[in-house]
Amino acid sequence: MITFDGVSKRFPDGTLAVDNFSITIPSRTTTVFVGSSGSGKTTLLRMINRMVDPTGGAIRIDDEDVSTLEPVALRRRVGYVMQNSGLLPHRTVVDNVATVPLLTGVPKREAREAALQLMDTVGLDRALAERYPSQLSGGQQQRVGVARGLANDPNILLMDEPFGAVDPLVRSELQQELLRIQKELAKTIVFVTHDIDEAFLLGDQVVILSTGGRIAQVGTPEEILAHPADEFVDNFIGAERGRRALSIKNVHGKDVVVDGTGRLAGILRVPSGESSRTV
Amino acid sequence: MTWVLANLEQIWELTVAHILLSIAPILLGFVLAVPIGWFAHRFRVSRGVVLTVCGLLYTIPSLALIVAMPTILGTKILDPLNLIVTLTLYAIALMVRTATDAFDAVSKDVIQSSTAVGFGAWRRFWQVELPLAGPVLLAGLRVVSTSTVSLVTLGALVGMSGLGYLFTNGYQRNFPTEILTGIVGTVLIAVVFDVLLVLIGRMLLPWARVDEAARRGAGSARVKAVAA
Ligand SMILES: Nc1ncnc2c1ncn2[C@@H]1O[C@H](COP(=O)(O)OP(=O)(O)OP(=O)(O)O)[C@@H](O)[C@H]1O
Ligand SMILES: [Mg+2]
Repeated sequence: MITFDGVSKRFPDGTLAVDNFSITIPSRTTTVFVGSSGSGKTTLLRMINRMVDPTGGAIRIDDEDVSTLEPVALRRRVGYVMQNSGLLPHRTVVDNVATVPLLTGVPKREAREAALQLMDTVGLDRALAERYPSQLSGGQQQRVGVARGLANDPNILLMDEPFGAVDPLVRSELQQELLRIQKELAKTIVFVTHDIDEAFLLGDQVVILSTGGRIAQVGTPEEILAHPADEFVDNFIGAERGRRALSIKNVHGKDVVVDGTGRLAGILRVPSGESSRTV
Repeated sequence: MTWVLANLEQIWELTVAHILLSIAPILLGFVLAVPIGWFAHRFRVSRGVVLTVCGLLYTIPSLALIVAMPTILGTKILDPLNLIVTLTLYAIALMVRTATDAFDAVSKDVIQSSTAVGFGAWRRFWQVELPLAGPVLLAGLRVVSTSTVSLVTLGALVGMSGLGYLFTNGYQRNFPTEILTGIVGTVLIAVVFDVLLVLIGRMLLPWARVDEAARRGAGSARVKAVAA
């Protein structure tokens, strides 16, 4: 469990990036911070592994105040995946995946063997193991990034727009892969995105942020969709709601279900017993 | 040519002396310039000062510096140390700017992400920043190497050994063949050093060539790699 308790961050130049932010992130579930650019998502994420230190309040991991932990050791036990993969260009794929175990002194052979298994986990062909990151596609690089984040078997995985820079098709593949991995491994994932679709797809808990890390709404995707807290949230999820609002349309005497954009969403099956209306 | 063959032994001795006098300034200059360049890269205040000092150092005429060395160091006039220290200073002056640029050019994303996965500052320097600065550092080192090999010839003017002796001696005797031999020999040493550096670079930085190729042939290589 990660708790933010009245956390603020004012950067030296005076920018108040996060203002009195409090939330509880339950263990073994995915919490998504979603908000537009500059809302403080990255700052919030980086305060968890002490890449940024808060100027007010406290962050606790399982009741341990992170400010009392040694940053380097803390970072080695918290997985981190970022947008442009941040892989080491001078190390092969397998060595990139093994980065953290190698840092913590796991013997090279053992670390590489474990890394190969992790490549399987994230759906990377072992044939890519000896390549350098520049020889991979963007989607493959992100997979390597995810594998590296998982390498020390951390309880917590921090992901900062990890799929932001790949094309929609690959992004959707990676999202499904993450859902599968999470089902298997059940990590405490804190995921940052500005894509509300992605937030609703991946999040068990979704935190909608406005400027200054102000929480506009916290809840499950269902709760937020059903009861947007205010106009800001309503606007933010507007498109998504529109797409998910289904209605019945009669076409040439038959009923079809269309979504908010007027596109065909499916057929309407009436429970057995009644005469079925199909499309 | 007959002169060369007749004096092969002396030419070889001068060549060896030349090589020995070149190696120390090249290596020392590199080893000292890298940390200075890192500081200049890392701390804004030091940057201006360091780069200005290096710029000024380079404008001091080299012969003047060699001649002044005995006074500064308290060495004897014919001590090779005078030449070595002078050329090391020149190497540093040349190399520091490149080293600063080399560290500046390392991707901020990579530095950030290596910090985020748990590299401490010390390990990050040795395992991330230094190797990634490698290709630019190597380019700088090649310039330093060539320039140092050529500057060693100045030593002859203050009585030191090296192929420069063939210049002064050939000039005094008005014997162009000897001068030409000196020039060819110096160029040969410079070329051999350069080739060695390139080979060492290939050995130590195998990823750099792959990176380069990927950038150049980005189109086809990447498209094929997608999908997975
Ligand atoms: N090192 C810094 N110094 C000063 N201001 C900063 C720094 N880092 C971030 N900020 C400011 O803090 C605010 C929040 O930044 P942050 O990077 O957390 O936003 P974000 O929600 O991650 O945005 P994006 O979606 O663009 O990544 C912004 O106004 C930003 O300009
Ligand atoms: Mg961000």
